Amino acid sequence: MKIVLKNIILFNPEQKLNKKSNLLIIDGVINKIGNLSNDDLKNARVFDLNDMYCVPGLFDMHVHLREPGREDEETVTTGCNAAASGGFTGVACMPNTEPSIDSAEVVTLIKERAKDHLVDVFPIAAATVGRKGDVLSPMAELIDAGAVGFSDDGVAIKTARILKTALEYSKMFDVPIIEHCEDETLAGGSMNESINSTKLGLPPLPSVAEDLIVARDIMMAEYTGGRVHIAHISTKKSVELVRQAKAKGLKVTSEVTPHHFHMTDDLVSTYNTNTKMNPPLRTQKDVDAIIDALKDGTIDCIASDHAPHSLEEKEMEFEYAPNGIVGLETQLGLALTELYHRNILTIEQLVEKLSINPRKILNLSVPKFEVGEKANITIIDTEHVWSVDIKKFKSISKNSPFHNRLLKGKAIAVINNDKMLFNDELIK
Amino acid sequence: MSLSGRHLLGMYNVPKNDIQLILDTAITFKEVLDRPIKRVPTLQGKTIVNLFYENSTRTRISFELAEKRLSADALNFSVSTSSVSKGESFKDTIKNIEAMKVDMIVVRHAAAGVPYYLTQISDSNVINAGDGIHEHPTQALLDMYSIREKLGKLEGIKVCIVGDIAHSRVALSNIYGLKTMGAEVSVCGPSTMIPKFIEELGVKAIHNIDEAIQENDVLNILRIQLERKAREYFPSIREYQRYFGITEARLNKNGKDILILHPGPINRGVEISSEVADGPYQIILNQVTNGVAVRMAVLYLLGTQN
Repeated sequence: MKIVLKNIILFNPEQKLNKKSNLLIIDGVINKIGNLSNDDLKNARVFDLNDMYCVPGLFDMHVHLREPGREDEETVTTGCNAAASGGFTGVACMPNTEPSIDSAEVVTLIKERAKDHLVDVFPIAAATVGRKGDVLSPMAELIDAGAVGFSDDGVAIKTARILKTALEYSKMFDVPIIEHCEDETLAGGSMNESINSTKLGLPPLPSVAEDLIVARDIMMAEYTGGRVHIAHISTKKSVELVRQAKAKGLKVTSEVTPHHFHMTDDLVSTYNTNTKMNPPLRTQKDVDAIIDALKDGTIDCIASDHAPHSLEEKEMEFEYAPNGIVGLETQLGLALTELYHRNILTIEQLVEKLSINPRKILNLSVPKFEVGEKANITIIDTEHVWSVDIKKFKSISKNSPFHNRLLKGKAIAVINNDKMLFNDELIK
Repeated sequence: MSLSGRHLLGMYNVPKNDIQLILDTAITFKEVLDRPIKRVPTLQGKTIVNLFYENSTRTRISFELAEKRLSADALNFSVSTSSVSKGESFKDTIKNIEAMKVDMIVVRHAAAGVPYYLTQISDSNVINAGDGIHEHPTQALLDMYSIREKLGKLEGIKVCIVGDIAHSRVALSNIYGLKTMGAEVSVCGPSTMIPKFIEELGVKAIHNIDEAIQENDVLNILRIQLERKAREYFPSIREYQRYFGITEARLNKNGKDILILHPGPINRGVEISSEVADGPYQIILNQVTNGVAVRMAVLYLLGTQN
């Protein structure tokens, strides 16, 4: 397939690249950059993308694809379709499947299901067998099969003892332990502990439950020299702890979800189960701290924590409904609307947090715009105004609080693995 | 005069006029309860479902009686919640009940927010009979009615709610309702039983029961849950009783007239001693009587609105 992208802004902070240019891609490989001849245009699919950003394909390092086990909610294929539609060319999927990703067989199954897709899927394997916190998972074997990190996501690694072992063992492979930070003895609440939980009568989940495990994990990273990545950071205190850890030079990184960088627990007021997630929505003070941390680099990545749930699971009493929302198809729009257009982050910082940093954390190569390199590209129109319509989601599940939300900024196209999706249409 | 809303989901944001109207209407109905024929035809032809997802004898009986006194057709629907994941979903249950053409639903549920959720999936008038640790508005209304009946007013009256504020739906409804009516509200209990941010609601939190007795006109004493799970918030029943239990000696020591309320059922010898529970200051059984009248008022005002 021969593709020409005309009048794009080639933008790659890794290459210090920011210039208007044209790109010729043949069979998935960048063939020419700059002025193109008539010959180059011959038999090519030509897209004139006036002043749109052409950036290294976006990467979401925290998604739940539900396969194997809950294929009624999402599969590897539908999750990949959602990712591509949302502007992502790569995702890392979490191991809380049924069975969990704690054996080479499950890693292989997921890699197999993702084969031939535009989107690359990199499994995060369980840190302990069955995510139970008792026995270390076969990490070497899992990495050989294709895992790129370890996590017991859904819960934190159960004890300091097994965490220490996991960090010491995973050091051999230089991969991160990705932590869902929540003290299990304080877990179980339905929303953030605040005046709102009192007013709504919902069982509270205190922010200190997160802070405690963030502190534990940072201390253990320091002690062992291992790598810790704090998933979906949500509290002011956690952000402060990560900032201190980074200042000390520890191998600690973090990510935040779009909902945690712009929503507060005030939104729970109507018991909408699409405002129920874990970690829960916090207070404005926490959101403010997260914004500062995004700016100063304390938070390295933006990740969706894409968590598909069936309609019948979410349509119920708030306290009984499962946690989480889908996010792959709204993440970029929310980041552009809430961070870029509000002058909180530059386009460069956004590309770092949505493409470059997650790949670096997972030891994956960052796509380059050079002749001979594989074309792994997201085209972003920062000015495109659109309304979220959950009925158009490629994800099987529709549990999103953003239905009908007006957003500014969207991925117009993604290119990867010699495939191109343009305006949600697969180009052949 | 009519209420400003179609439902009674809680006391949060219920305007003063509405509370006033309910309390005034209840006076008329209380009089009905003293008649030899304790029945009026006001809600004849209306069907009211008492949907109880949680065990409750007294609240359910009180509602049922109120409905029958108003000549409504009352149906009791008790659902075991022993397994939430199995069986029919809440939404399907509601759709089925609605298909039988009911007018009002009185709901009690262990999960907060269910009455609100019910209004989203049903056309009936909804009355919250207690949802989780959220609200129990008719209890607050009957408490306010009882205080007003004894003291003649609510404005400026100092009320302290005593006990496990954090796990009580009665406390929150009382705080909202009383504050709207101009009462001064405080809470008293072990610090583990007072929500961390409670003072943002404009109530004072104290931990000394003698201070609570001295400074207030009314004590509303909550039931202490004796189950193991609730027990983690205080060291022992003995310690609770010694430091927060209302006893005659303690009332005498502080030597002043005070009105004692308790939503029931009482734990004699724990949060309240027998002498106090049967003593001159308490109006515990008046509350029970008033409960029927107040619920009649709420049902009447919502049921005749359309």
